[in-house]
This record gives sequence, C-alpha cells and structure tokens, in this order.
Amino acid sequence: MRQFLHDAGHLLRPALVLLAALGVFLIVRAVVVPKAFGQYGHYRPAALDAARAHPVAFAGQDTCLLCHEDEGKARAAGSHAHVACEACHGPLSKHADDPVANVPQLPDVANLCRRCHEKDAAKPAGFPQVATVEHSGGAKCDGCHQPHNPKL
Amino acid sequence: MDISRRDLFQVGGKLLVLASVGATLEQITGAAPPSDAYKMADHWWGMLIDIDKCIGCGNCVRACSKENNVPEGYFRTWVERYQVEEGKQPRVDSPNGAMDGFPPNTRTGLKAFFVPKLCNQCADSPCVQVCPVGATFVSPDGVVLVDKSYCLGCRYCVQACPYGCRYLHPETNTVDKCTLCYHRITQGLTTACCESCPTGARQLVDFKNPRDPVHEFLRHNKVQVLKPYMATEAKVYYKNLDGSVR
Repeated sequence: MRQFLHDAGHLLRPALVLLAALGVFLIVRAVVVPKAFGQYGHYRPAALDAARAHPVAFAGQDTCLLCHEDEGKARAAGSHAHVACEACHGPLSKHADDPVANVPQLPDVANLCRRCHEKDAAKPAGFPQVATVEHSGGAKCDGCHQPHNPKL
Repeated sequence: MDISRRDLFQVGGKLLVLASVGATLEQITGAAPPSDAYKMADHWWGMLIDIDKCIGCGNCVRACSKENNVPEGYFRTWVERYQVEEGKQPRVDSPNGAMDGFPPNTRTGLKAFFVPKLCNQCADSPCVQVCPVGATFVSPDGVVLVDKSYCLGCRYCVQACPYGCRYLHPETNTVDKCTLCYHRITQGLTTACCESCPTGARQLVDFKNPRDPVHEFLRHNKVQVLKPYMATEAKVYYKNLDGSVR
C-alpha cells in the first residue's frame, strides 16, 4: 500500500494542485463577479441604472409651457407651431428647476435663423428658404419677422 | 499524516461542491430590477427618420452634444449632405458633423438631400457580439449601451460597427456612443435630438406600444434601414432613403 501511494503521488500531487486552483478560481469568481451579472444577459444590470443616472439638460416642451403659456399660444398660430422651445432657446432644464437663479440668454438671431432658412439645394423644396445676403443684406431677421409667429 | 486516495477525493469533492454552490447562489440572488414605474419589458425603442423633412440645420447634433457632454470633435449623431450626380460617386460632406449647419450650397440640377445618422440600435448588433468582456449590450428595451466600468477600451466594437457610430472617449478611454438618451426615454421624455428637431424629421418610437404612431407610419410609408445586407436588425428606419446612402 505504501509503495502504491508513493508511486501514485506523481498523479496525486498535480491533481491536488489542479483541484486547489479550481477551488481558488471558483471562489475568486464568486467574489469578483457582481451579484446580478447575467440577470438580463451577459452584462451587469447596474450599468442600466448608471445610464439612467445621467442628468437631463433639455427640459422638454411640456415643462416650458407650464409657465410660458402665452408664448406657446402665439407660436401655435404660426408656422413655428411644431418647433419646440428648446430647439431655438437651447437646453433649459436648469432654468426650469430654478427660474430665478438661471436666467437664459436670448438666442443669437443672426446665426439661429440662417441655420434653418439659408437656401440650400439639399433642403426640401417646400421648406421656406432665402439666400440671406440677397434677402436682407445681413440685417437681423427679427427686425422684420416675429420669431414666435413668423409671418411677413 | 497518512491520507488515502478515498479521503482525498471525498474532501476535494466536498470543497468543489461548496465553492460552486457559493458561486451560483451569488448569481441567483441578484439585485432586484429598478423599482419604479418604468418597465423595460414593455418597451422596444427605435427611431424614424424622414429624409424629406431634414433641413440640415444641425440642431440635433448640438442638442446631443449638450445633453450628453459629447467631447468636441466627436459625435453621437451627425448629419451628412449628399449630392448625387448621375453616373458619378455621390459627394458627401458633413463639416464638423453639421454642428454649425452647412455652408450655403446653391448648386442645382443635382439630387441632393440630408441624412441624419446615429446609432441604429441594432437588435442583433455586431458591436455587442465582439465585446470580450460584456461591457456593451442590448438592454431589455432595445437600446445598445456601454458599461463604462467594464469597458477595457480595446476598440473592437468601434471597428465592428458598420455605421461608424462609436468612438473612444478621450478622457475616460472607454467606448462611448449614442444611448438613445436612455436617461430621458426611461422617464417619459423624448431624446434630445428629437426634442430639438424643428421639422419633426426624427421621431423616437416604441415598437411595443400599440398606440405609437410608428405602426401607422410603417403601414403607409416606404422605409429602409441602413446597410440591410449586414443583417444587424437595425431599428432606425429611414423614410425615402436613396440607394446611394452608405
């Protein structure tokens, strides 16, 4: 028996090492891999919460109209009816959270109108566009047009 | 100490069983899903883009950049201007991703149009398939996201994306991409690009919502996804997409 154990040791010792390594691997994996990993797929479900935790910059149309009802009505009558407030005024969720501390700046009209209405052959044919240099010679658009209800 | 082979196997076997039970228990008793009104299983997000409505103003690009703090020179969404002349390669430009719109162009006699681009939120996404560490995945509501704390920055997914929608964030050195404004859509808001689009060329859609106008839209309009031959099951549908668009 003793002789047999002595010979078998050549197999037993590597087997022991292998088993120990397997045990260590399983224990380390249990500790390191997050508890919920694999709940929805091969990823960490907490990553979904991390993506949701990002702060919102654009408050959204409905939030603006809670206070700015008059502007909303003026706009609804004109051709900008479906343009959201923040499309021109920029992201204003901070303003919505605290209107006094965060007063928004008025948009830069010279650039703002041009971006949408400058003449370009790639724009849909029915979309109102002008070559601003010929049209106004560089004068500011809101001298003639009311941005919230842009009729001539 | 004299140890027999029987003893060894008995002890080793017990250890092995204990360790594996411990490991699987950890996985079974996982964290509960987010406990609020939003149910991921009730949504399947995508987007509709109407080429005929896009005016190339770049509002979506600016809005995305501000909403998501996209580093300068990188884009989660951008707009391309196509000018297609018969028998020639199409001319495509997108100066600074259309962050400041496009320089005026009055060349006529060409087929010209704008194509807004963003992550196509593929249901069978190549980027997810190649990620070696489970850092990028399709969420249960159909949005392709990146787990920043798992991403190694190997850029395999950047190469795999057929639409060029991914980049390595220069500060975090992890991959970044369009999240379809996951922080917004999970609380009832639309995406920043859709919110700021002045012509309604982009629309966030929820394919699992039976009252979403997308179902009516798909019944009555001819739509196409980008690179359908890649079989990525893209969920960004383009109305009246020209064959020259890549």
